[in-house]
Amino acid sequence: MTSGQAAPAARPTARLEGERVTLAHGSGGKATQALVQAVFVEAFHNPRLDPLEDGAVLEVPETATNGRPRLAYTTDSFVVSPLFFPGGCIGDLAVNGTVNDLAACGAQPLALSASFIIEEGLALADLRRIAQAMAKAARAAGTEVATGDTKVVQRGKADGCFITTSGVGAVHPGARLSIANARPGDRVIVSGPVGDHGATVMLARGELGISAQVASDTAPLNGLVAALLDEAAAGTHALRDPTRGGLATVLNEVAAASGVGVVLDEAAIPVRTAVRGACELLGIDPLYVACEGRMVAVVAPDLADRALAAMRAHPLGAEATVVGEVTAEPAGMVLEKTAFGGTRVVDMLSGDPLPRIC
Amino acid sequence: MRFVDEYRDPAKARALARQIASLCEPGRTYKLMEVCGGHTHTIYKHGLEAYLPEAVSLVHGPGCPVCVIPMGRVDDAIAIASQPGVTMATFGDLMRVPGRRGSFLDAKAKGADIRMVYSPLDALRLARELPDRQVVFMAIGFETTAPSTAVTVLRAQAEGVRNFSVFCNHVTIIPPLRAILSSAEVALDGFIGPGHVSAVIGCRPYEVIAREHQKPVVVTGFEPLDVLQAVYMLMRQLSERRAAVENQYSRVVSWEGNPAALQVIDQTMELRPSFEWRGLGDIPYSALKLRSRYAAFDAEERFEVPGARVADPRACQCGQVLRGLIQPWQCRVFAKACTPERPIGTCMVSSEGACAAYYNFGRRHRQAQKAGQR
Amino acid sequence: MCLGIPCQVDEVAADQPQTAWVDVGGARRKVSIALLDDEQVVPGDWVLVHVGFALCKLDEAEAQATLELLEGMAKAYQDELAALARSDIA
Repeated sequence: MTSGQAAPAARPTARLEGERVTLAHGSGGKATQALVQAVFVEAFHNPRLDPLEDGAVLEVPETATNGRPRLAYTTDSFVVSPLFFPGGCIGDLAVNGTVNDLAACGAQPLALSASFIIEEGLALADLRRIAQAMAKAARAAGTEVATGDTKVVQRGKADGCFITTSGVGAVHPGARLSIANARPGDRVIVSGPVGDHGATVMLARGELGISAQVASDTAPLNGLVAALLDEAAAGTHALRDPTRGGLATVLNEVAAASGVGVVLDEAAIPVRTAVRGACELLGIDPLYVACEGRMVAVVAPDLADRALAAMRAHPLGAEATVVGEVTAEPAGMVLEKTAFGGTRVVDMLSGDPLPRIC
Repeated sequence: MRFVDEYRDPAKARALARQIASLCEPGRTYKLMEVCGGHTHTIYKHGLEAYLPEAVSLVHGPGCPVCVIPMGRVDDAIAIASQPGVTMATFGDLMRVPGRRGSFLDAKAKGADIRMVYSPLDALRLARELPDRQVVFMAIGFETTAPSTAVTVLRAQAEGVRNFSVFCNHVTIIPPLRAILSSAEVALDGFIGPGHVSAVIGCRPYEVIAREHQKPVVVTGFEPLDVLQAVYMLMRQLSERRAAVENQYSRVVSWEGNPAALQVIDQTMELRPSFEWRGLGDIPYSALKLRSRYAAFDAEERFEVPGARVADPRACQCGQVLRGLIQPWQCRVFAKACTPERPIGTCMVSSEGACAAYYNFGRRHRQAQKAGQR
Repeated sequence: MCLGIPCQVDEVAADQPQTAWVDVGGARRKVSIALLDDEQVVPGDWVLVHVGFALCKLDEAEAQATLELLEGMAKAYQDELAALARSDIA
């Protein structure tokens, strides 16, 4: 969205004292300004943000069809412990999460907002790393953080840093997406292996004593979705990113909203060996473990091959695969054909997946 | 993964299924109890019942340590955890188990310091890291888990860790099986024996069941082919009118078990004269406590423990489920008042509790059967 | 009742007594081998892990024997099915 805009004017350089965020940085006065300039404007730096107005003014691009694009609008809060983990940090999640929620609406992001609740004592270096990660993630998604807010709370009142991002996006003209649109016969495609992010964060907390070569899959999926919709918009009935609750949960949502069944093929569901290993040790089912860079697409059978090919041609969908099919019965339920040759019910997650011994 | 994937081969399952079907005597039905909740989990998770003839039904047994813990013990544990200066360490399985006034999760929300651990040794590490707090490990489990607690107590003693203790709820497997057989409420034909308990106790302790109760026992592994093969082995014994202890799980279980594990249990723990089991009532000599020379590590000695007996919620029929008298879906609150989100009974809490396993994985099979009957 | 996972021993810890690193599908954890004390544990061994303890070694020969038995059953069944199919055609 920065293309075609004039280069930003030279910015005042702000001096930031100390090494940690203090309550003064949340006072609204000079210290706040210094923090915002030195960390956020420094990282996000774009013509809409730089003047630090109360809000950003967006220009909505015209669409080829009727000149009045549909807008998608979403918001999400991010809390994660630890703040940094293999494959990313809370900053990547905050941008990619909102970009992916827009993508699940079939939209390309026009702009993002970011609101920070920072715990007193957070290292400024960490905050900078987070902001830089956000800026980088936004660039990768072809968008920018156009407005924001910063608050500082007392030590113990927040887990380092909480971030809320919102996003506005322009919906692909051909997109007719809803989790209520799944029809019997539709294919369920997942864009890559499931459970990477959730497993990574669980292990990164260090409490379980397990280490594995796993990394979060956090990534912006708007490009992948654009490629999919350009090729198969007419047959793409629903998109959903399987974050909390994992693949099992989003498919239950689809089944419930559409009044259909979903039958998964256990053998087809991609799970990385190390993720599977960690899940085995903890007694957790990878179907319920969060992804942050995967999209689930429900696509009509006649366009499923083209949809799959389009996803596979995109670097973030290279491992895309069909994992199941929508059925008429049993309505509202997700089943799995097990590799063993049986059938089981895949229910919604009740509470967090807890490591178990039995 | 090795020792896992090769025991999930549908071609072998089909061959076993045919053998099982061919062993069914016309007009006869078979009730086999899978003692262990791990087997319940396997049966439902892999949809194993698809391979069994209608004449063979699997009945869930009392072998889930989370399911058999009485409500009073949960209340006691929460009482300990709620004392000032106490940090309670527990396996994740127990977090949602309801006591009279809520679960560990509820107590945590009210301010109790309750941490999840993967191993008792992690609880001991916590004690070293938090020298100003009393760290109590909530010990549950059958003979499988008891040796790990025992080793941890011995290590705490060797290292002179003074702020560590164990709330011991370890139970033993043979007494509840005998209780079920003696109650004569249910006509069982044989037992799918618990594989991982047997890795510790071996196969010999089951001989009493085969001899005195004339019921075949097959010690069984946890992959779906293991369970199917065990059903086959039980059916073969039944058709040959034998009642013996056989070992399907020989890659893990030896006839004599693990002597080192048995030794540490014996060194640190002794049988309680009696212990309450949810749904089964008091069973003599069915649970373990720390021996008096390890009293310093016994949370029951160190803390005020209310020790109140709490009757199970009246609506809950976990007791009958655990004794194999009814199937989960026959309980009056199943999937209505009692769900994994708001469990009333323990069988709905643990992911290997019969009710939760059936609720999560199995409902469809039953529905399909019902539809087929119409 | 008790989650037990077959893991392969990666290395026996030199710095800690009765401790080994095990691997399952690339996930590694430190486990206690205190319960195996009269058995020699070397890298490459398979052990059954429960709550951070190796409960026993896996017996690869026994595992193989079980699989071969099942293999034989499956083969007999397939041969029979094949024979049945041939007789149908005839």
